[in-house]
Amino acid sequence: MPVEIDIEHVAKLARLDLTDEETTRLREQLGMILEHAAKVGEVAADDVPPTASAIPRANVFREDRPDPSLPVDEALRNAPEREGDRFRVPRIAETGS
Amino acid sequence: MSELCDLTGAELSAKLAAGEVSAGQILDSSLARIEAVEDDVGAFLTRTPELARERAEELDAYLSTGAPQTGAAGIPVAVKDVLATNGIRTTCGSKILETYVPPYDATAWARLSGAGAVLMGKTNCDEFAMGSSNENSAFGPVHNPWDLARVPGGSSGGSAAAVAAGEVVWALGTDTGGSVRQPASLCGVVGLKPTYGLISRYGLIAFASSLDTVGTFTRSVRDAATLLSVLGGNDPRDATSLEGDPQDYTAKLDAGIAGLRVGVVAEAFGEGVEPGVATAVRASIDRLAALGAEVGEVSLPHAEYALSAYYLIAPSEASSNLARYDGVRYGFRAPGEHADSVQMMFATRGQGFGPEVKRRIMLGTYALSAGYFDAYYGQAQKVRTLIIRDYEAAFAGFDVLVSPTSPTTAFRIGEKADDPMAMYLNDIFTIPANLAGVPAISVPCGLDDAGLPVGLQLTAPVLGERTLFRAAHALESDLGLHLRPPLLAGA
Repeated sequence: MPVEIDIEHVAKLARLDLTDEETTRLREQLGMILEHAAKVGEVAADDVPPTASAIPRANVFREDRPDPSLPVDEALRNAPEREGDRFRVPRIAETGS
Repeated sequence: MSELCDLTGAELSAKLAAGEVSAGQILDSSLARIEAVEDDVGAFLTRTPELARERAEELDAYLSTGAPQTGAAGIPVAVKDVLATNGIRTTCGSKILETYVPPYDATAWARLSGAGAVLMGKTNCDEFAMGSSNENSAFGPVHNPWDLARVPGGSSGGSAAAVAAGEVVWALGTDTGGSVRQPASLCGVVGLKPTYGLISRYGLIAFASSLDTVGTFTRSVRDAATLLSVLGGNDPRDATSLEGDPQDYTAKLDAGIAGLRVGVVAEAFGEGVEPGVATAVRASIDRLAALGAEVGEVSLPHAEYALSAYYLIAPSEASSNLARYDGVRYGFRAPGEHADSVQMMFATRGQGFGPEVKRRIMLGTYALSAGYFDAYYGQAQKVRTLIIRDYEAAFAGFDVLVSPTSPTTAFRIGEKADDPMAMYLNDIFTIPANLAGVPAISVPCGLDDAGLPVGLQLTAPVLGERTLFRAAHALESDLGLHLRPPLLAGA
């Protein structure tokens, strides 16, 4: 059975505007892909530990010393919009009424 | 007729050292080939001929002083457009990064550049390396030099095609689930995915961080070994980079494979494998036995679950990694007025990402969301453990494993574009190595009835690259294929 998914909710979590056509197509395709992917549940027994990384490394530290960092102009060169030494964005807070 | 750009890196290096050719002449040959075939192949997104000329002139001046020459000096190379190149546009094949110019170099490219390679440009790929045909690029498909109506494979399709067509001698790619090995197989070149962490991921624009691996395209196994010798070794800028200095992987390449224990993966010759692929791979396995290898059969019982696990783990990591494309600091921002920043992000991501990237972001977001995490992502991570155990058991009895690289040869452009599941099956034999972090290489092993290249995959245990190269080199020498795409018949 294809998996039923609340596409609108997932798109909201992912911050993705989807057209109606994309929503319909994704509902169908994701349902099919997840039906196949659910096979992982057939073999993964409780006593099998999960693996996040095949060759894990832990506590990789570097020497704590300051290095030169990117100059401001370089860091802002790819900005869609800048104002002075800052990234310019549409408003991020409600204005008081 | 063979040109300089058709030679291997080792051959060019020898000619350069003997003073028979200059870096400038090698560059001329590569530029002429690009001029002749690039309109048909479409391997590049950005070309850098002026920078290449400067580099070749510098190099010739430097070498004329009698300075020591590295194995990469003067070699024309291409770099997949997911690896950051300082001052050179890096798009990831995506509209969302169409104008992005990185202020830094990926370590892999920095090392290759430092060794004197000559960059010819950045190659086309599936958007954010998500795909197996290069059809998911926002900037159009790449055409396979063996048949222009067919895909080169993916996601590193441009890199594979550029090496196959002689536009460059070497190329860098990335392999998250087979994105170097599968296109290498479909284009008839050598594709290496080393051990996870052996080549730094610094500057590899992230898709799925626990699986992403920088890999190489060459026209010989020896060149793959030379190239890895340049690229490998610890990098403090990547916390997942393995400890250890760069190694010379070309030593003992010719040692032969007498007594080498070769395990034929039983599951890799079942349903869905084209007869032409199975025939060529089986014949090559017979050659390995004739060369003295001890060939036996081996099982990877959980391999059939690898695809399912991969299509949960990779999209989950991608949904997190791609959250950074928000229209604020770099890349595309949706035009027009936006009510607020959040609306701007929704519009930017909706307009900036292509269908496959959206599909995977949605898949990963769902698999990580409250209520579904344990059933999907959690279970997939357990399958990953089972696959690692399969390899451990297999390598207790064998030194290398052998299988086809891909179940099919190159398919037609458009043939699988509307069927994600059929497309995902391309990577069924390559994905397990990414999940386990082990190294694998695809070497050309013949042509099918339609005259399309077939690739054979060899897999070794973690850091078993030397064994991998030795076995691949023995097979390559024995087969002596000297593949040349029909496109180059008149070139």
